[in-house]
Amino acid sequence: MMNFRTDLPIHPLWLRVTHWLNAIAILILAMSGWRIYNAAPFFAFVIPKGITLGGWLGGAIQWHFAAMWLLAGNGLIYLTCNVVSGRLWRKFFPLSPRALLADLLAALKGTLSHADLGQYNAVQRAAYLFVIVDAVVLILSGLVLWKSVQFPILREFLGGYEAARRVHFVAMAAMAAFVAVHLLMVALVPRTLLAMLRGR
Amino acid sequence: MNNNKHANWLVENANMILRDARKEVGRVVQQPARRAFLQRTLTLGGLSLLSGCALVDGESIDTALMGISRLNDKAQGWLFDPNRLAPTYPDSMITRPFPFNAFYGEGDVREVEEAGYRLEVTGLVADKHVWSLAELRAMPQTDQVTRHICVEGWSAIGKWGGVPFASFLRRVGADLSAKYVGFKCADDYYTSIDMPTALHPQTLLALTYDSQPLPPKYGFPMKLRMPTKLGYKNPKHIQAIFVTNTYPGGYWEDQGYNWFGGG
Repeated sequence: MMNFRTDLPIHPLWLRVTHWLNAIAILILAMSGWRIYNAAPFFAFVIPKGITLGGWLGGAIQWHFAAMWLLAGNGLIYLTCNVVSGRLWRKFFPLSPRALLADLLAALKGTLSHADLGQYNAVQRAAYLFVIVDAVVLILSGLVLWKSVQFPILREFLGGYEAARRVHFVAMAAMAAFVAVHLLMVALVPRTLLAMLRGR
Repeated sequence: MNNNKHANWLVENANMILRDARKEVGRVVQQPARRAFLQRTLTLGGLSLLSGCALVDGESIDTALMGISRLNDKAQGWLFDPNRLAPTYPDSMITRPFPFNAFYGEGDVREVEEAGYRLEVTGLVADKHVWSLAELRAMPQTDQVTRHICVEGWSAIGKWGGVPFASFLRRVGADLSAKYVGFKCADDYYTSIDMPTALHPQTLLALTYDSQPLPPKYGFPMKLRMPTKLGYKNPKHIQAIFVTNTYPGGYWEDQGYNWFGGG
């Protein structure tokens, strides 16, 4: 249907650059965020220190408040390029629950085709759209935690400061779950890693 | 040291990814020249990706992070709306007991004698006279029930009463265009804040907690209470206040906590 021209990359350069910058930002933010969570855990567990970043709370916060600019700035560039180029609509839509269910079943049965990496199946479309929304939730809830007084509408929308902490954590957990599945899929279809590195 | 550990971990994982990718390149690309080229560029790409972590030592990372923290101070100064108020709560929502927190344990709380207490006011102020507790109590008082947010993430609601800091600064004829107000405390703590926050309507020289004189653990005889800043920006047992244009830093800030520090 598309991508008959073999000289066109599956992933344009801007997409590959923003993807890898995003990966670095997410890795730093997650690992430093776990250290920050450990300072005052609100669930009955802490994150193993070995997989956290920053050493102590102050160091973790420095990493977190540095990488947040990378996540937000890079995310803004990604969304702008995606919308302006029309790629967002081309790649992610149409997306119907019926197609999602069909592709999900096919994926679980191992019959989903990955012959054309240029076209996302319905599960990919849903997963990538979800993770875009999840990143927005992470940034907005993070904004409330960072500047609890300056964004009153956002703060009250999320249910106040303490609720925003939980929202931020749950959105992090959803992001971590996405990354786990994403890496598993890359391991199953390694050509996708090459495509994300060199475009084809 | 910890940064290095993480850097090693990152390198190890990146190497694994590169190894897999190289294998892929070898299998997919048959022409030897093209294969070699791709494998080499893959390595270079990997290195440039990691240069921020692996090829730089821990000290320069710390310097860079401190530099970004200073930029974050500027960003927060710019975001700060002097008229935006922190939410207030009914007395029924006060957290009981209100948690104790300091850089030392509750057993080491300093007991400041009321009789001998004096507050020194220096720097860019017209009136440098030394204040007694009675003089502070004689000034118009106000109280508020607000949320105290700790840098660790937890929060608790408390009720503080005292002198609006803006009226105190005006009374002593402080240079309100100065950049910083610094604080020195009886428990050897020290910190400093920006002038716009010092003049914020909810910033108090707090003399009471829950309508009683501040108990020692909450900073007797006087602490600075700002619902717009994190707990470590709210010094207890204040003995000296100074107005300055020279960055004074702070006990935690000098170790790496963000200086602006708050909402």
